[in-house]
Amino acid sequence: MPNRSQIEAQAALLRQRFEVAGGVVVDPPLLQSAELLLDLYGEDIRARAYVTSDALRGEQMLRPDFTLPVVQMHMKNGAEPARYTYAGQVFRRQEHDPDRANEFVQVGYEVFDRSDPADADAEVFALFHLQLRGLELRVATGDIGILMAAVDGLQTTEVRKAALRRHIWRPRRFRALLDRFAGRSPMPESRRMLVSTSGALTGTVPEIGKRRAKEIDDRVEILRKDAAAPPVSDHEMAALEALLAVRETVPYAMEQMRDIAVDLPAILPALDRLEARAAAMKARGIDVDRLDFEASYGRTSMEYYDGFVFGFYAERRPDLPPIATGGRYDALTRLLGQGGEIPAVGGVIRPDLILTLAEETRS
Amino acid sequence: MSIKLGVPSKGRLMEKTFDWFARRGITLSRSGSEREYAGAVDGVQGVDLVLLSAGEIPRELAAGRVHLGVTGTDLVHEKLPRWEQQVEELEPLGFGDADLILAVPQCWIDVDTLEDLDAVAAAFRREHGHRLRIATKYHRLVREFLADAGVADYQLVDSQGATEGTVKIETAEMVADITSSGETLRANHLKILSDGLVLRSQATLWRSRVARYTGDEKTALKSLLARIDN
Repeated sequence: MPNRSQIEAQAALLRQRFEVAGGVVVDPPLLQSAELLLDLYGEDIRARAYVTSDALRGEQMLRPDFTLPVVQMHMKNGAEPARYTYAGQVFRRQEHDPDRANEFVQVGYEVFDRSDPADADAEVFALFHLQLRGLELRVATGDIGILMAAVDGLQTTEVRKAALRRHIWRPRRFRALLDRFAGRSPMPESRRMLVSTSGALTGTVPEIGKRRAKEIDDRVEILRKDAAAPPVSDHEMAALEALLAVRETVPYAMEQMRDIAVDLPAILPALDRLEARAAAMKARGIDVDRLDFEASYGRTSMEYYDGFVFGFYAERRPDLPPIATGGRYDALTRLLGQGGEIPAVGGVIRPDLILTLAEETRS
Repeated sequence: MSIKLGVPSKGRLMEKTFDWFARRGITLSRSGSEREYAGAVDGVQGVDLVLLSAGEIPRELAAGRVHLGVTGTDLVHEKLPRWEQQVEELEPLGFGDADLILAVPQCWIDVDTLEDLDAVAAAFRREHGHRLRIATKYHRLVREFLADAGVADYQLVDSQGATEGTVKIETAEMVADITSSGETLRANHLKILSDGLVLRSQATLWRSRVARYTGDEKTALKSLLARIDN
């Protein structure tokens, strides 16, 4: 096990390399407003982050990652384009696995640049690749943007598409919704009764709570309309399923997805972006022909990545968390930008895990 | 030394626990005054009775300060992460039945399943500018249940008592609470989601996996368990 000073030294080295690449060093505070984190991630963040509080500022969280404060800082007063780097502790509450660290160091690099997103993706990936060279790692890549485009392009109602978009990061609920919209799962009896009626139904029991009768009637109307809407077609379902299952090297994945795009033409612009990224990566010396691409990759991580996603894993140590992860999060800048937005991509490395792996190789 | 048996210190849970052991030839009794939280055990050698609040028993088991304890499944699952590694379930006692359930206002005629709840939570947040609030004292259990079911856009608000009343006074939109007959829920115009059973709980005898046993204590444990098995 590497000790603290070794980890600090490794972190400093990694950060220095990011500085050389153009990253300006930033050092966000350890305590973050819990409100913002809760707004973004919902209640699930409470299972992952330590919460504390005082009477003045209310609930605060020990930062579970750097991306959020860096985006906030940039959106408030950052000049464009910008590249940032940082190194420091993050804190993760652990409720299930005592072997997972609840405090560890992350070193990161974030790019805010609207000129050429494909090249910014490639820049970040190539930098991480360089930082980790020499270690035997499996590299996973994906692109949430392709899935989002597929959902947007479905020949179905806006309500259904919005529901699916909301759950791209929760694969099980996504699947259940998809089965419902395709008419593959039986409608619950309660829903069947509800939609077989007409007219307003509220008013038979006492109205209590903040959710008003109008909201209830509105939803009943939505459900009735939904029941009358045709199911998502079999060929679209088949295409979507094929897309979710794509797991190949980049060139073959591209070929497969071009085929799938015959039934889901809405993904074509996203595929063009993937192709541009692959070209930019190649230009930066990445062996794209042997790089893995997995269309479902990144769906179970924290839900701010909405484009390119990547992760580096120690294949011989499946017990270890990923050594590095990253991706594109344009939508997050929009959410925190108060009207502003900028394409953004970045990632983090864990110096402690690099040292652990290096130790193993030596012994 | 004797092994320590932790039992709820008051109310029906205590009485029923005493009855349960009495039927197995073990007499538990409070020693001295009502205020004293120590007791006596007759009918088996080497066992001490410790009277504790039911809510403290999981922690005492996990710390190994009591060897055996009687408390609800709900409390063990809520308070002890990875409870299987800290305690062993010896015997359900057949009383103290209570289900941890999710309940919404009866007037939500459009909500019967978790799928409905999830859709309503999204709409509620758009309409009211805050996440749909669920009043509960079982934060961990409810959060894990909802995460597993893929329900988003809710928030848990803490409620340590009179939870069913929070909807009416609009400090929460719905509740996650323990119910046995559902009567309190109905009286408060609430209904249970058809797939909203978070946990089925009853009073249970647990053994601490953490507590240490001397030779004598092992013997005491064995003879106690032999009585219980009969």
